[in-house]
Amino acid sequence: MQLSFAVNGRDVRLEVAPTDRVSDVLRDRLGLTATKVGCDAGDCGACTILIDGEIACGCLTAVAQVEGAKIETAEGLKENGALDRLQRSFLRHGAAQCGICTPGMLMAAKALLDENPRPDRGAVEDALGGVLCRCTGYRRIVDAVMDAGNSSDAGVIPEAGASVGAAIRHLDGEPKVTGALVFAADRVPDDAAAVRVIRSPHHFARFTIGDKQKFLKAHAGIELFLDASDIPGRNLFGAIPGFVDQPVFAEGVARYRGEAVAAIAGERESVSRIDESDFPVQWEVLEPALTPDDAMNGSMSRLHRERPGNILVRGRVERGDADRALKKAAHTVAVATSTPFIEHAYIEPEAGYAVRKGGRIEIFGCTQAAQMDRDGIAEIMGMDKRDIRVKPSACGGGFGSKIDISFQPYVALAAWRLGRPAALCYSRGDSMRSTTKRHPSRISLKVGCDADGLISGFDFNGVFDTGAYASWGPTVASRVPIHASGPYFMADYRATSVAVHTNGPPSGAFRGFGVPQSAVAQETAFDELADLAGIDRLEFRLKNALRNGQETVSGQKFAKGVGIAACLEALKPAWKTANARARRFNGKADGSRLRKGVGLGSCWYGCGNTALPNPSTIRMGLTRSGTLVLHQGAMDIGQGSNTVITQMAADAFGVPVHSIELVGGDTDLTPDCGKTSASRQTFVTGMAAKRAGEALRKMVLRRANVAGSARIRLAGQSIELEDARTTTTIDLGAIEPNEFGYVFMAEETYDPPTTPLDEKGQGVPYAVYGYGAQLMELTVDRSLGTVRLERITTAHDVGRAINPMLVECQIEGGVAQGIGMALMENYVPGRTENLHDYLIPTFGDMPEFDNIIIEVEDEIGPFGAKGLGEHVLIPTAPSILNAIRDATGAIVRDLPATPDKVLAAIHAAQKEK
Amino acid sequence: MNFSRPDRLDDALSLLAGGEWTILSGGTDFYPALGDRRPQGNVLDISAIGALRGISEHDDHWRIGALTTWSDVARARLPAAFEGLQLAALEIGSIQIQNRATVAGNICNASPAADGVPPLLTLDAVVRLSCARGTRDVALAEFATGNGTTVLRADELVTDLVVPKAAARGRSGFVKLGARKYLVISLTMVAARLDWDDRGVVTQAAISVGSCSLVAQRLPALERELIGRSVSRDLAGLVKAAHFAALSPIDDVRASSTYRLQATIELVRRALADLAPGGR
Repeated sequence: MQLSFAVNGRDVRLEVAPTDRVSDVLRDRLGLTATKVGCDAGDCGACTILIDGEIACGCLTAVAQVEGAKIETAEGLKENGALDRLQRSFLRHGAAQCGICTPGMLMAAKALLDENPRPDRGAVEDALGGVLCRCTGYRRIVDAVMDAGNSSDAGVIPEAGASVGAAIRHLDGEPKVTGALVFAADRVPDDAAAVRVIRSPHHFARFTIGDKQKFLKAHAGIELFLDASDIPGRNLFGAIPGFVDQPVFAEGVARYRGEAVAAIAGERESVSRIDESDFPVQWEVLEPALTPDDAMNGSMSRLHRERPGNILVRGRVERGDADRALKKAAHTVAVATSTPFIEHAYIEPEAGYAVRKGGRIEIFGCTQAAQMDRDGIAEIMGMDKRDIRVKPSACGGGFGSKIDISFQPYVALAAWRLGRPAALCYSRGDSMRSTTKRHPSRISLKVGCDADGLISGFDFNGVFDTGAYASWGPTVASRVPIHASGPYFMADYRATSVAVHTNGPPSGAFRGFGVPQSAVAQETAFDELADLAGIDRLEFRLKNALRNGQETVSGQKFAKGVGIAACLEALKPAWKTANARARRFNGKADGSRLRKGVGLGSCWYGCGNTALPNPSTIRMGLTRSGTLVLHQGAMDIGQGSNTVITQMAADAFGVPVHSIELVGGDTDLTPDCGKTSASRQTFVTGMAAKRAGEALRKMVLRRANVAGSARIRLAGQSIELEDARTTTTIDLGAIEPNEFGYVFMAEETYDPPTTPLDEKGQGVPYAVYGYGAQLMELTVDRSLGTVRLERITTAHDVGRAINPMLVECQIEGGVAQGIGMALMENYVPGRTENLHDYLIPTFGDMPEFDNIIIEVEDEIGPFGAKGLGEHVLIPTAPSILNAIRDATGAIVRDLPATPDKVLAAIHAAQKEK
Repeated sequence: MNFSRPDRLDDALSLLAGGEWTILSGGTDFYPALGDRRPQGNVLDISAIGALRGISEHDDHWRIGALTTWSDVARARLPAAFEGLQLAALEIGSIQIQNRATVAGNICNASPAADGVPPLLTLDAVVRLSCARGTRDVALAEFATGNGTTVLRADELVTDLVVPKAAARGRSGFVKLGARKYLVISLTMVAARLDWDDRGVVTQAAISVGSCSLVAQRLPALERELIGRSVSRDLAGLVKAAHFAALSPIDDVRASSTYRLQATIELVRRALADLAPGGR
């Protein structure tokens, strides 16, 4: 039907299908891609627009219903070409991290501010409560909306040499608040074929694919039917060499619900109209093993021939004699904890497209690891990796899952075969069913201490459900035993782990690689142990905190930089006032249903790959016209590497950060900075950037023969170098550029110094660790088992805060994910495959924040910096469980601590009394 | 696929008389039900029938038009007996949902967790159904027959909800319990309405519970217990487990059945205490 409406003040007239979703019409027909699609079900609010002044989900609105209406989208926010106050406030507060939810947030905020220009926190939360964010923890978004009336706008613009440590705004922030940033699904070429993947609806099934030709003949517009037989190279992908075991298309047997068995490609309309039941696939359902117990002990057959007992890999770290120490211990505590699958739930589902260019393939889409994608696709396509180009789009959240390959092989194969672009945008269901999850865990821990409260024996075993394929299972199994001690000194220690295959989705990388799960056991056990020993819970942690010069459980010693004691010390004032506040409240409210509690959690986390190389290479160059270019390949998935890596490069070279131009992670243009994972970018890529900046500086100074301390000034086509004696000018135009177009260029690589671990897990697994501790205050309703988080005080040792604002952004976002893990998140294949059954925290579920940044300089890290990205979520869940116990005596060990479990635990605790 | 968007009820009803249609109004259940599929079959978009939107007062009843959105409900000026309904309106999905989702849609979707149903039950709401041949009234309590099923016939449309003035008396409340603050499906929810005379004697009591059985239910045994008592916060003390015998809450990933029942009892107590003078 033909209809007309107005968008951002412009009248449009279109021929549409009446039930087309308004979000699709805006994006696909009008090119207005600031309106994002995150779920197509009204669960995430990313598509929030204004219809006649009222907010609505574009994905739930039939276009026929907007006939004659006025629609407003984020593209219309700018005033006279300049950012409006709300957009500027978002930048000022760092309220946009990955940026995918930002347009929806802005529209909901605009509707509020139009009615109420001075809203309080509660009003902002209520008004924006229908939009989910997975990066920020919401606090800064609320701050930004409340502060939108403020016209003061001076940001921090540091001078040359003063970038490191400056809380500058995100360098890549502006396109996030205008909605102009191009995410994976935002620029599908008009002539692209649509690809659709056919997935197993069963946890475990044999299957046969019927007559493909017949199917193609019967369905006009479908041009390709792809299955395992169509893979030109190796029908496998994986994260870790030696563990590459996941087929692009399953061959005869599908090992998890959501596994790809085939794909079709063709004209978009035809592809989307195909009913799933039309696919010529016959299933023979097999009995699945959905828990490690079933997989290891039952009559379960091997999911992978070469892995008896369905055991993927085991891990072990051991020193001293844990059994003897436990026997000697004055007090011991034994705990058993369990956690479920946890979904990354980034608001941007996987998406992208591929184009064949002669003998090459170019892939555009979201990723955390462009170079790994390139190498993986080359294997699958049987091509030289130089013939694959990966051009990363903006990445709307990753948190670990977008390290692995998802959409890439399907679009590459289809584009190669069709000779025209091929695109694939995952639905929310596709994304949740098929991509990796956090490993479910079952942990048993026995830990003792002597009469003085010093740890005496620690015996840990963790069983991790690694799902149907390896992905990052080996990393989880190796990281956990190294980290299970927490940031404490332990002479007698044994930690073992096993990663077990089941018919669950592949468990892979998710912020913390198993350590958040192990910290739940260790940190909750510490509270009980401290109580048994009669020692204050904070003092107990301080007593045992690892110090400089003490050996870690893997036998590593740091002369400086061990920051956990500083973090715990920093929490002392908050600990005192929080406990007093809780005691006062509980004393007054005796017998009432509300109880306040205070809980602590600590963390440490090694930055970079575990005892394996993981180099980053940074290229920096000066063009003839005087542009300073930084090839920054550390994928910015919202965490801020585009900003902090540039800050470090700027100081190393000696110019203001805002004078640097960025080139992103395009594999044709930018050297490998490794994956955005393992909290490694600030440290590893930061080191490479620092070295590249310093090398480039040396080159320039040498050319002019000036002192090392000379000041560099970029002045158009020339550089001015000023030292104590003279000012020298280099005419860049007079220098012949190299093959990359640079007249000066430096390329530097950094790989952290680690050593392999011996059979007892002893060695140097990481060059740098970061540390942190968090203190949660909450209220428990003892009659309903509900938990209200009130305030969190965080203290994270980042060595050196390259950008204090971005440090806080990371902390708040990590805490939000820790809250989800503690209280609500539970991915059940076949049951919670959407964002209304799978719950992540909303605006109303967050505490107030008080962040204390600790800077205990690292011996190795750039400018003394340590990694932070994963650390921040590790202490949160245990701090919540400890606070619930503090408030009520209730011990919940099976996450998430939903109200039913909390109430049952409260009743159990009351009975015990 | 046929698509029609009439602006008159008669036209919609005659289309329904002539074939099978899927009804579309706010779209907030229509699209999620599709999953990754495209709409198929005939779609009758009733959202343009202006006469079906709005709340009006009549001699002996209040009328809530089928297409009244939950934001309309929340913003309307209504007697205190509707407060529970207005509180529920603010808990249905997000504001984005409330701005488009309709009262009739919530009822016709017939989810056990439909937030609008328990408060409407406490108002003795009657569902008015029309087809080309005529109109019939069905008590809301008899409208839904199970999870996703109702007595609505294929040629019928819900046109109004009628709240008798006899039931639009007293004060009411609504409490929803979920595992997070916003955008959450209820673990359990309770609506309650009480009216009392000048001497403070309870004359009407209407308590209903959603998410704890296939269809939301009133609690008649408890209501009988409350009538004739003096209104005070102590009414909460009269609530006993036996009053909830008809509920059959499920065990699922959101909560255990035991918990749903325990929490419901607690919520009913709180709702009663809040409604009494001096509560809230």
